[in-house]
Amino acid sequence: MEKFDKHSGLVVPLDRHNVDTDAIIPKQFLKSIKRSGFGPHLFDEWRYHDHGEPGMDDTQRKKNPDFVLNHPRYEGANILLARHNFGCGSSREHAVWALLDHGIRVILAPSFADIFFSNCFKNGVLPIVLDEDTIDRLFTDVDATHGYQMTVDLPAQQIHLHDGEILNFDVDPFRKDCHIRGLDDIGLTLEHSAEIRGFEEKHRHKAPWLFDVTN
Amino acid sequence: MSNKTLYDKLWDSHLVREDEHGTGLIYIDRHLIHEVTSPQAFEGLRLAGRRPWRVDSILAVPDHNVPTTRRSEGIADPVSRIQVETLDQNCTDLGITEFLMNDPRQGIVHVIGPEQGATLPGMTVVCGDSHTSTHGAFGALAFGIGTSDVEHVLATQCLIMKKSQNLEIRVDGQLVPGVSAKDVVLAIIGKTGTAGGTGCSIEFTGPVMQGLSMEGRMTVCNMAIEAGARAGMVAVDDTTVNYLANRPYAPTGELWDRAVASWQQLHSDPDAVFERTVTLDASTLKPQVTWGTSPEMVIPVDGVIPDPDNEPDSIKQEGMRKALAYMDLKPGTAVTDIRPDHVFIGSCTNARIEDLRAAASAVRGRKVARNIKQALVVPGSGLVKRQAEAEGLDDIFKSAGFEWREPGCSMCLAMNADRLEPGDRCASTSNRNFEGRQGRGGRTHLVSPAMAAVAAVTGHFSDIRKEQD
Ligand code: SF4
Repeated sequence: MEKFDKHSGLVVPLDRHNVDTDAIIPKQFLKSIKRSGFGPHLFDEWRYHDHGEPGMDDTQRKKNPDFVLNHPRYEGANILLARHNFGCGSSREHAVWALLDHGIRVILAPSFADIFFSNCFKNGVLPIVLDEDTIDRLFTDVDATHGYQMTVDLPAQQIHLHDGEILNFDVDPFRKDCHIRGLDDIGLTLEHSAEIRGFEEKHRHKAPWLFDVTN
Repeated sequence: MSNKTLYDKLWDSHLVREDEHGTGLIYIDRHLIHEVTSPQAFEGLRLAGRRPWRVDSILAVPDHNVPTTRRSEGIADPVSRIQVETLDQNCTDLGITEFLMNDPRQGIVHVIGPEQGATLPGMTVVCGDSHTSTHGAFGALAFGIGTSDVEHVLATQCLIMKKSQNLEIRVDGQLVPGVSAKDVVLAIIGKTGTAGGTGCSIEFTGPVMQGLSMEGRMTVCNMAIEAGARAGMVAVDDTTVNYLANRPYAPTGELWDRAVASWQQLHSDPDAVFERTVTLDASTLKPQVTWGTSPEMVIPVDGVIPDPDNEPDSIKQEGMRKALAYMDLKPGTAVTDIRPDHVFIGSCTNARIEDLRAAASAVRGRKVARNIKQALVVPGSGLVKRQAEAEGLDDIFKSAGFEWREPGCSMCLAMNADRLEPGDRCASTSNRNFEGRQGRGGRTHLVSPAMAAVAAVTGHFSDIRKEQD
């Protein structure tokens, strides 16, 4: 996983509640057995006028000019401003891979769906929860300001807004640490192998029917 | 004196360690795998030179991409085929048990786990699929995970997670005939909203839950994720134990007796504290139909499409307008005036034997209405299909004009060839009515199996309670 320390960039607003994972990456693209290449299909049904299929030449497809990601002023944006319950629906990590592949490294929203939120942390994308009023204000400011930029400082847990104001945010200490150091949690867990084995033995003793299932 | 909730008990009995910030390492007993969310996890494992920690905890099955017709001919779509072949190859290489596409036990992962007794009370069950919450019906802690976590469980048999809050949803009263588990869970989501359970594990309690069969409990737990919760569960009782007796993966003999004795603890203690309790009175509950593009947009069958002008919250109002435009519906329209052109009876929510029985009894002796372009029945597994055929349900469906298919996810998410075309309207027994879920531009109304069946034969949504005598 890529390390996450400070991140600056252009903000793109997606003004919709309950944006679900089917919208973030439609299911026909889940047939891939790779982790990369999902970026061109991020929000595929909203971004293009035609129906997308894997393997299509996306440069030839007709884009929906009304969709915010297609507005020239948001080109190259890498911070997504979103609404309530972002990422609801399925567990597909492809949704995060698509956002990341498109360049999004930070998502700001009043709330996130649980599985999506945890998937973000496994991939170097930082989901930040801010209260509804702050998010509302950001939507207004981003809309009013062409080229609205911000800087997210994870170690300091601060966001430096376009006008110089500083916001604080919360983040789970364990996840923060993994993010900053770009740590692979499998490696971390395997440091506790002996403890896992020990637990497993006791568990097997208590509930032997859960082990060595013959079928 | 213990005052733990069922969730507390399951958490405590699987906690390997906890760090100073309260992040837990949780041991996983059962790992279910399907073709869509596993390839990148196996690849990651291989690249890191790791092996699965406990192969006997894993059961794999292809379900999302498989065709529901002419299966002996294989999968026509090359991209889907590669994904299923990748699963087969990974399982062969690592010695993982897999029910192959043509195995009679193949089916939707959340249908076959319980059916095989591979899901047992007191287990932690995970799968790279959000509807893993289904398995909580057995008094298990079951939840969906992303692909990185699939790899994490493969490599370590554990997951890093924070404990969630306890939410109790108590369903009081008694269901009237024609009102089913699906109506209960849709009404719950209508009440709590799709984010109502975020950060929570839900325990469904109360006389209605106790009275439901395992199939009904699975339907309710299946959609806990649509209420925003990762896990939903129901306490163990005789219904649970009786369902599991003699299932292929369930313990036998002396081990069975010991298991059953230990399962008796799998309920919340009388003094258990829930952070929140929501109650629903089922006695007045009517069959439910969703009208919008989120499962919380749901109303009773005798209702009318709501008017966004009456919604005070401006953002919600905007969401309602978008949903109505997408669904091509007008405020004030009676639900019973909505005419679907497709009917889909299937999915991990409602494709078990009881669901098919309920649908068949509404169809018996009748014909699919002329305005219905396609009516599909897709059993949840090969064994459900076989059982239904033994009971003659397939004949009832076929003579009415339904198509009787091979098991799989099918039109629940339309990753295979079964899908809606733009503008198609579908009465569906699945769990998500998101834009494009059943095919780009497709319009989904979520209903119970009996309600889907009666819509098929009347050509519009109809109150199943009036269809029965
Ligand atoms: S039936 Fe639908 S919800 Fe269930 S696992 Fe398959 S795609 Fe997911």
